[in-house]
Amino acid sequence: MKTESNLEKMFNAGHFAVTGELGPPKSANLETTLHHAEEMRNHVDAYNITDNQTAIVRTSSIGVAANLVQRGMEPVVQMTCRDRNRICLQADLLGAVSFGALNFLCLQGDHGNFGNETGCKNVYDLDSTQLIQAVKNMRDDGVFVGGDKLEHPLPKVFIGAVANPFADPFEYRALRLAKKIAAGAEFVQTQCIFDLDRFEKWMEQVRELGLHKKVKIMGGVTPIKSVGAARYMQNNVSGMIVPEELVQRIKGAEDKKKEGLNFAIETIKRLQEIEGVHGVHIMAIAWEEIVPEIVERAGLYPRPAVN
Amino acid sequence: MIVGERKPLAEIAELLEPFRKILVLGCGTCVTVCLAGGEKEAAETASALAVLRKKAGKEAEIDTQTMVRQCEYEFIDEDKDKLDNYDAILSLACGVGVQTMTTRLPEKIIMPGLNTTFMGYPLEQGVWTENCLGCGDCELGLTMGICPITRCSKSMMNGPCGGSQEEKCEVSKDVDCAWHLIYERLLKLGMAGRMAVIQPPKNWATSHHGGPRTSVREDVRLENGK
Repeated sequence: MKTESNLEKMFNAGHFAVTGELGPPKSANLETTLHHAEEMRNHVDAYNITDNQTAIVRTSSIGVAANLVQRGMEPVVQMTCRDRNRICLQADLLGAVSFGALNFLCLQGDHGNFGNETGCKNVYDLDSTQLIQAVKNMRDDGVFVGGDKLEHPLPKVFIGAVANPFADPFEYRALRLAKKIAAGAEFVQTQCIFDLDRFEKWMEQVRELGLHKKVKIMGGVTPIKSVGAARYMQNNVSGMIVPEELVQRIKGAEDKKKEGLNFAIETIKRLQEIEGVHGVHIMAIAWEEIVPEIVERAGLYPRPAVN
Repeated sequence: MIVGERKPLAEIAELLEPFRKILVLGCGTCVTVCLAGGEKEAAETASALAVLRKKAGKEAEIDTQTMVRQCEYEFIDEDKDKLDNYDAILSLACGVGVQTMTTRLPEKIIMPGLNTTFMGYPLEQGVWTENCLGCGDCELGLTMGICPITRCSKSMMNGPCGGSQEEKCEVSKDVDCAWHLIYERLLKLGMAGRMAVIQPPKNWATSHHGGPRTSVREDVRLENGK
């Protein structure tokens, strides 16, 4: 078994990392998901797989991760605290490590009343910070949350967290990242960036606290396909800021898809210039086939090889 | 206090459908204060039910009474004799009252007339809000009087999630983000440093997750537990 994830090696070698998001389907047929994964195989360093995103039932993140590992692709397994208690979270982590998953992104998860099972019981036994710490304690100290010991050491998993510079209270958001780092986060993925000014202000705070030297930060980028998509994210997706100026820019363009794509590429280029940003996470939701073009046009292709 | 809401009349009617002599029994404490199950609501419920039964061609004899508290044997015993001669009692108490009545008077049929909603307080006339989940291990000392377990939709212990925007919770624009409130309060009190302290996983065994709870005070207990 590998001792270090490809993603971690990429960061450690000083490369600007690229990950792509895969959203599992509402069925056990993974043909389309795996097809998307193949399309971006040479363009991303790892695949981030969502865990019942927006509280909609889908194939599990771990299920897709197993399929990727079989195909020689590296997953970043998302784990939310919404659906599983500490017993299941820890058990699933062990299960995923057993087939070779090494990157785990620990997050709270959208509340259950957003999705297609609004009558569900929201678990939230651990919160995201506690989950990060639980994974770290399993790996570094060989202990479970309850204090019992693992029978064998956990391979070196790479612990991720999320950060949202577009949530409030804004002045607390860098401190919140500091807390997650203290809990054990080693890489962080941000909410989709559409308001670059606010993102840069947040990065200033991050640098003031020296956090960019303690954690690998991946900016979240989503290409906008249409005015409708922009409006939807502006009004319906929690924790997002889509500036009106951007909506108008896309609205005013002759080729709206192309304009959305241009903005995403501009964003990635700008991210590469910001001190303390170590990579990009591309969330091309329902537009996965565009990922190779984005990576190429952002000057991030070919992907470097690391050992 | 315990806050409740009366069940829809149609549901009450369905529960009482097999019975002819019915007592609608109000409760004089919490649910009287929250205007859900006191004397007035018992009278309203009884007359509405009578109309409904008449319309359905299945007339019923419906009386009303109100007990001081349906959640204590003492008060149940006081009024016990007045509860005879009914096929069923529609209790307008909270779930605690309905079950205490059932336990004390097992020969009687007690039906719930309310949905017990939460422990909370009146925010303004006609509006009540939840602020305690009864987790059995009060955290208010950490957060200076604002409960993250109850008032954060995700019961987070370590700060606001990414869904907090403009002081509101991602679940609804009508819900305040508890962690925004806690943050502001700690700032005002000069205690913002507390936000950086990692709170370990909560012991939920003190809450309902540990199974139904019983609280024992040996110092005030009578011999034989009576």
